[in-house]
Amino acid sequence: MLRLLPNSRILSKAIPPVNISYKARECASKAAETVEVFVDDKPVQVQPGSTVLQACAQAGVEIPRFCYHERLSIAGNCRMCLVEVERSPKPVASCAMPVMKGMKIKTDSPITKKAREGVMEFLLVNHPLDCPICDQGGECDLQDQSMNFGSDKSRFTDNQFLGKRAVEDKDIGPLVKTIMTRCIQCTRCVRFANEIAGVSDLGTTGRGNDLQIGTYVEKMFKSELSGNVIDICPVGALTSKPYAFVARPWELRRVDSIDTMDAVGSNIVVCTRGGDIMRILPRIHEGINEEWLADKSRFSYDGLKRQRLTSPMIKDESGNLISVDWETALLRVCDAITSVKGAEIAAIAGGQVDAEALIAMKDLLNKLGSESLNTEEIFPMDGSGTDLRSNYLLNSSIEGIEESDAILLIGCNPRYEAPLLNARIRKAFIHNEIEVGYLGPKIDLSYNYQHLGDTTTSLENIKSSQFYKEHLSKAKKPMIILGSSALQRADGTAVFAKTQQISNELKEAGSSWRVLNVLQRVASQVAALDIGYRPGVENVRNNKPKVLFLLHADNETVRREDLGKDCVVIYQGSHGDQGALMADIVLPGAAYTEKEGTYVNTEGRAQRTLVAVNPPGLARNDWRITRALSEMIGQPLSYDNTNEIRDRLAEMSPNLVKFDTVEEANYFKQSEELFKDIKEKIKQDSFSLPMIQLKDYFMTDPITRASPTMAQCVKANNKEA
Amino acid sequence: MASLGKAGGLVRILTGSLPKSSPVLTSVRFNQTDAKKEKTTFGNLKDEDRIFTNLYGRHDWRLKGAKSRGDWYKTREIMDKGIEWIQKEITTSGLRGRGGAGFPTGMKWSFMNRPDDGRPKYLVVNADEGEPGTCKDREIMRHDPHKLIEGCLIAGKAMGARAAYIYIRGEFYYEASNMNAAIKEAYDAGLIGKNACNSGYDFDVYMHRGAGAYICGEETALIESLEGKQGKPRLKPPFPADVGVFGCPTTVNNVETIAVAPTICRRGGEWFAQFGRDRNRGTKLFNISGHVNNPCTVEEEMSVPLKDLIERHAGGVRGGWDNLLAIIPGGSSVPLLPKSICDDVLMDFDALVQAQSGLGTAAIIVMNKQADVVRCISRLIDFYKHESCGQCTPCREGVHWMKKMMTRFVTGNAKVEEIDMLWEISKQIEGHSICALGDGAAWPVQGLIRHFRPLLEQRFKDYEKSQELQQSAQTI
Repeated sequence: MLRLLPNSRILSKAIPPVNISYKARECASKAAETVEVFVDDKPVQVQPGSTVLQACAQAGVEIPRFCYHERLSIAGNCRMCLVEVERSPKPVASCAMPVMKGMKIKTDSPITKKAREGVMEFLLVNHPLDCPICDQGGECDLQDQSMNFGSDKSRFTDNQFLGKRAVEDKDIGPLVKTIMTRCIQCTRCVRFANEIAGVSDLGTTGRGNDLQIGTYVEKMFKSELSGNVIDICPVGALTSKPYAFVARPWELRRVDSIDTMDAVGSNIVVCTRGGDIMRILPRIHEGINEEWLADKSRFSYDGLKRQRLTSPMIKDESGNLISVDWETALLRVCDAITSVKGAEIAAIAGGQVDAEALIAMKDLLNKLGSESLNTEEIFPMDGSGTDLRSNYLLNSSIEGIEESDAILLIGCNPRYEAPLLNARIRKAFIHNEIEVGYLGPKIDLSYNYQHLGDTTTSLENIKSSQFYKEHLSKAKKPMIILGSSALQRADGTAVFAKTQQISNELKEAGSSWRVLNVLQRVASQVAALDIGYRPGVENVRNNKPKVLFLLHADNETVRREDLGKDCVVIYQGSHGDQGALMADIVLPGAAYTEKEGTYVNTEGRAQRTLVAVNPPGLARNDWRITRALSEMIGQPLSYDNTNEIRDRLAEMSPNLVKFDTVEEANYFKQSEELFKDIKEKIKQDSFSLPMIQLKDYFMTDPITRASPTMAQCVKANNKEA
Repeated sequence: MASLGKAGGLVRILTGSLPKSSPVLTSVRFNQTDAKKEKTTFGNLKDEDRIFTNLYGRHDWRLKGAKSRGDWYKTREIMDKGIEWIQKEITTSGLRGRGGAGFPTGMKWSFMNRPDDGRPKYLVVNADEGEPGTCKDREIMRHDPHKLIEGCLIAGKAMGARAAYIYIRGEFYYEASNMNAAIKEAYDAGLIGKNACNSGYDFDVYMHRGAGAYICGEETALIESLEGKQGKPRLKPPFPADVGVFGCPTTVNNVETIAVAPTICRRGGEWFAQFGRDRNRGTKLFNISGHVNNPCTVEEEMSVPLKDLIERHAGGVRGGWDNLLAIIPGGSSVPLLPKSICDDVLMDFDALVQAQSGLGTAAIIVMNKQADVVRCISRLIDFYKHESCGQCTPCREGVHWMKKMMTRFVTGNAKVEEIDMLWEISKQIEGHSICALGDGAAWPVQGLIRHFRPLLEQRFKDYEKSQELQQSAQTI
């Protein structure tokens, strides 16, 4: 089945799509009538077109499987899921067999049991008995299923001492460790790479007992989603390189959290042991990341242990930062603040700040009489600017991509700016056969797209393009995704206005479908705009504040040269990165795994992280630092605990505490009206992207810049190129 | 058709004038539908009833020679009779697939008669003849290529196929070059291609050379290979008739099946159906190899007794019939038969199934008493181990395991209990794999154990004894 998928694309050009069984799962949702089948004599009503395995699952019987994975195509090669079906001469592979009316499935009959036991024995005959040194131990499908379905005695005879099959390990990069002798050839990884990641690096070579999984020639598995093959591998053949021999799953404490490496807000589980993060795994969220996770989110956790700011620091006479206690540092901040006028204070928020820290900073500065709260990311402020929420959200939602029938990407590289969003587009591309148009420099998006040019001229002339005429304008649910990268330009307002105008023209009257989408790049941006931060640091550059707060701001949007000589820079953040380098006072804050913080993803979905580990050393939760400071200045903020600050957030914007709901944003028409007054014209030049190749993807923020694993990825990618 | 009818009439006159008890009557054919008397003796096919008249390459294989043997004769008229008529004739003839599984061809072709959904249909001819012992298709392709091409056209017409792909085994170099030459001749003569045979039907024939993998003879693996992918069998359903080559409805047929189709249509399904027993109709190419005096490929009537076949055509078993040990009756994949069964078994699908074997490709491998049957079967398992595609677990791991055990069985370095274990392992493979290769690997072993268990046990004992002797010699 795996091999049929790419075909469907080719065929679709020539012939109308047909309902063939690899589409069984999609067809199932569309059909209305159900068929009755019997699982162990228990009648179940199932959708026609669903598989025997699904029918059994519906009846509450779980069928053992290795190769079957519900998000991948069906391979049917492990044969573990064989079940007896009445009036079938042979046991059938339940993962692949569609149900038929009145089918009697026996999941517990002697034939079924015998088939499972036999397959299990075959799988184990060449599987090394190295569970004690295997990282999959404890969460291994083969272990669990051999316990449940295997035989209790061994028939393995080897009186010629030929040994089991041994396969050479392959080096496929710094993230995925391979122990190929353990491989049971289920081809889940191959299917993942080909179908989800869209990278055809993995495949099988050889045949029979010499069948091997590999990259054909020794090379790196070049994908931004490569870590997921570790999760889907049912045995210990593919394990995490950074996590190798680090911990056992039963030793780990699992804390649900949210990823902040991009604006997608992937759901994660942070696994810790003794106050140390051991690994990060994805958590299923159908609306966001399904069950995948991007490599940066999964592997950059070692950056949380390095380059950390562990105590407050102040600059001494010779210009060196020296560690001090909190009181000294906060008093120094107080001095700086009280010696200037309120309006001379400013703050810049970086990409990974939680909403609590943002609101605390805003409340403090407002109390002091300053309105200069800025974010590093730029967003056009003319027209309706950030007043209307629909202007800066991914309005159709990530899940909505699957409903869409044509997508236009403008000035963004979703593959590296939001890998899981890109994976959704790829999914829609493959299963729904949508058309994708793209404006920007030529890049590899892992699916085919129509390149409509890389200049702004192409945006202005979009309506004359074939893609617009043939696909976008005819689509029932078109999507336009405008990258935040494109808004960083000097003519960002004009680009936005143009995109909005196109979007509104595409919007069908009376339809609730939202065409315009903005793809944010950083996790904090939507919350910051919701709270009322001003995007961009132009304000700071022009007004030359006397006191500048850098709240996790490390992207050097403002340099020391841009500020007055007498400006006191206070850096509050987790890492000793660019921000701390230019600071006079450093206040150590907490990273996203160390605080209970609210993050709003690019869809406008509020989610919260939980405390997985404590902040290192003297570092503290960010909003509490601000709260303490306000106390010292004598302008205490009105909240003392998480519940109270969440109340304050709700007061500011109720959506910030409505966790995991996407609040719909509207007023597209009004927004367009407001943008009509814009005099600015689009400048004629090409779109530029910060991330073009995979090597650009790994190190983009203080955490990833401090991560040795990410550094290795960059190195490996450079070597490969 | 007219001339053929005359020939049939002649036969009837002849048979009518002969006494019914005459031994010549073994080949008497009852064309009359009212006389539903079944005959009881089979074999000794007459030359005028042979379909493959150039099987030994004594005549010109090119278009001119083929036409002189009756190929391409009134092909257009056959096509003009329409899809239903061709399918009816094939169904009447009782033709069963000649590739090994023996699926009724008429029914297979009828699967293609679904309402048109816009996808083109294809005929794929399986010329990847790789089964050890089997060498029938190659004879057709190098000596009678036009039979196959004409068959493609007629079969293609019967299923509304747009084109035929002949997937030929990579090792068949001369066969491929003859086929290519014949295809070119047929194109040049307007027999295939645009407006094939002036019938208004467009039909292309392509030939694709494989790379020599046995598994590519499995129909879905063949389709995969044809599409340019690794030759690994697909899951069924969907069957090729739904989703075949390039995602389009496809029928995969063996070379022999396709090559006999034109003659069936010309001489009528009834004519074909008079050979062989019920459900096992027609004539068939038999390959006889191994310990016979005169290994050969011969066209014979179905249901011919195995002994007759070997005695008459292959010059008998080396050392006489009593020197026979065992016979593999249908290519390497079917269980062997010991002499006791070979004495009177009939060579057709049902009789051999009854004898716990199968007709397969009708490639008869004869082993006389000078052969080490354990080593023979061990060699076959080596072959299957080497040719397993490795996709599904039972075949990948199981056949390898069987191979390891069989290697030890040859020397006798095993315990008696392991015979049962090997039996069980073969049962664990059989019916649990994606395609039939697993079954094909398990059956020879099962046949060996079924019929030669005492031999194995004796061998193990001998080995043990020899080891003991060796050890005692060392201690002294």
